[in-house]
Amino acid sequence: MTLAKRIIPCLDVDNGRVVKGVKFVDIRDAGDPVEVAKRYHREGADEITFLDITATSDNRDTMVHVVEEVASQVFIPLTVGGGIRQLEDIRTMLNAGADKVAINSAAVKTPEFVKQAADKFGSQCIVVAIDAKQVDQDWEIFTHGGRKATGIDAIEWAKKMVTYGAGEILLTSMDKDGTKSGFDLELTAKISESVPVPVIASGGVGTLDHLVEGILQGKADAVLAASIFHFAEYSIHEAKQYMANQGIDVRL
Amino acid sequence: MTANTIAIIDYGMGNLHSISKALQHVAPEQNIIVTAQSQQILNADKVVLPGVGAIKDCMLEIKRHELQQTIIQASQSKPFLGICLGLQALLSHSDENQGIDGLNIIAGQVHQFQSQHLKIPHMGWNQVKTKAHPIWENIADNRYFYFVHSYYAQVDNLDYQIGETEYGQKFCAVLAKDNIVATQFHPEKSHEAGLQLLRNFANWNGE
Repeated sequence: MTLAKRIIPCLDVDNGRVVKGVKFVDIRDAGDPVEVAKRYHREGADEITFLDITATSDNRDTMVHVVEEVASQVFIPLTVGGGIRQLEDIRTMLNAGADKVAINSAAVKTPEFVKQAADKFGSQCIVVAIDAKQVDQDWEIFTHGGRKATGIDAIEWAKKMVTYGAGEILLTSMDKDGTKSGFDLELTAKISESVPVPVIASGGVGTLDHLVEGILQGKADAVLAASIFHFAEYSIHEAKQYMANQGIDVRL
Repeated sequence: MTANTIAIIDYGMGNLHSISKALQHVAPEQNIIVTAQSQQILNADKVVLPGVGAIKDCMLEIKRHELQQTIIQASQSKPFLGICLGLQALLSHSDENQGIDGLNIIAGQVHQFQSQHLKIPHMGWNQVKTKAHPIWENIADNRYFYFVHSYYAQVDNLDYQIGETEYGQKFCAVLAKDNIVATQFHPEKSHEAGLQLLRNFANWNGE
């Protein structure tokens, strides 16, 4: 009896539509986040993460409706990230049916925000998202989609965020993101070993072996991927079966 | 036959959207209400006590909404389902927040997970070893359910433990006593197995 390692498909949503393309033959409207989420739910996803990349706050209500709609039909945990800047944003998403919110830039700008959020809503729903890039021998965190350097050490930051109440860390390697060359395993392992909370590895998945490496070498508790699932290269079920064959405990 | 009513107790602890949608999904013919009104809770055919967050706030909110007697009364008289903190609140005492007394409906204690090697909270999908009870109808032994908690329950009388999970140590994942059932995991977030459990609750007469 063990806690299963999780597979988390991630959907980038812009103004209520899935972007970065999704190709599923059995989905009528592959741009509809509700349709895509239902498909992942059927395939056995352990959670689903939505990243709201809508530029204007006027359109944020759209995301709230997406979450409401998904949460009425998909009965696994849902995480929403992107644009979570104040306690009210968190309350709105949780009320809409999200189970967790991912906080990124707002945590860097005001670390106390994470503390307030965890006090108010509980650590279990506060995920701190960290975007890190290697700089010499270390890793530095970046904000604003990786454009803005902060001078903050990623490992120290992860530890600090946990003391502030983060219940989970979503770690994305900016060096690896989009490369399909696998996770930054060294960084993932370093962070996973430095914090007492679960770590989700993200950025770089191109093959099923990458998922396996993320767990075995990166010591991650969960692996997040977007494109390999969106383009139906592999189904979630195939990915889980593959991981199980490599001796990883997954929920099949 | 008139539709059954299932009342989900809304005392300000967490999001009730998911549990209400999940119950509607498995029991579309039943009337699912979310309420803090004592009379509505006592008039309902079945009652759900959800809960997310810390036990101190949970007990404070139950008292602030003057629902303590209502919950105790409902737990003695009709099919009753506690979820997550709604399980822990039924017990005698929790170590969380420097020690908080629970509703003491079932004798038991709540302790903190402690281990150098385990990630806390216990977050994700874990297996539940089951013991015969109508709530497990059509659910195989050792199915996975979604947990998220840093404190775990232990019931004094193991006869009341009908589901056991292991994370560092064994703990009570599901308890049952008379017309009460309570789960540490979130059935509303546990995919098919969780929905089946909710369906079983919706069909259960409490015996």
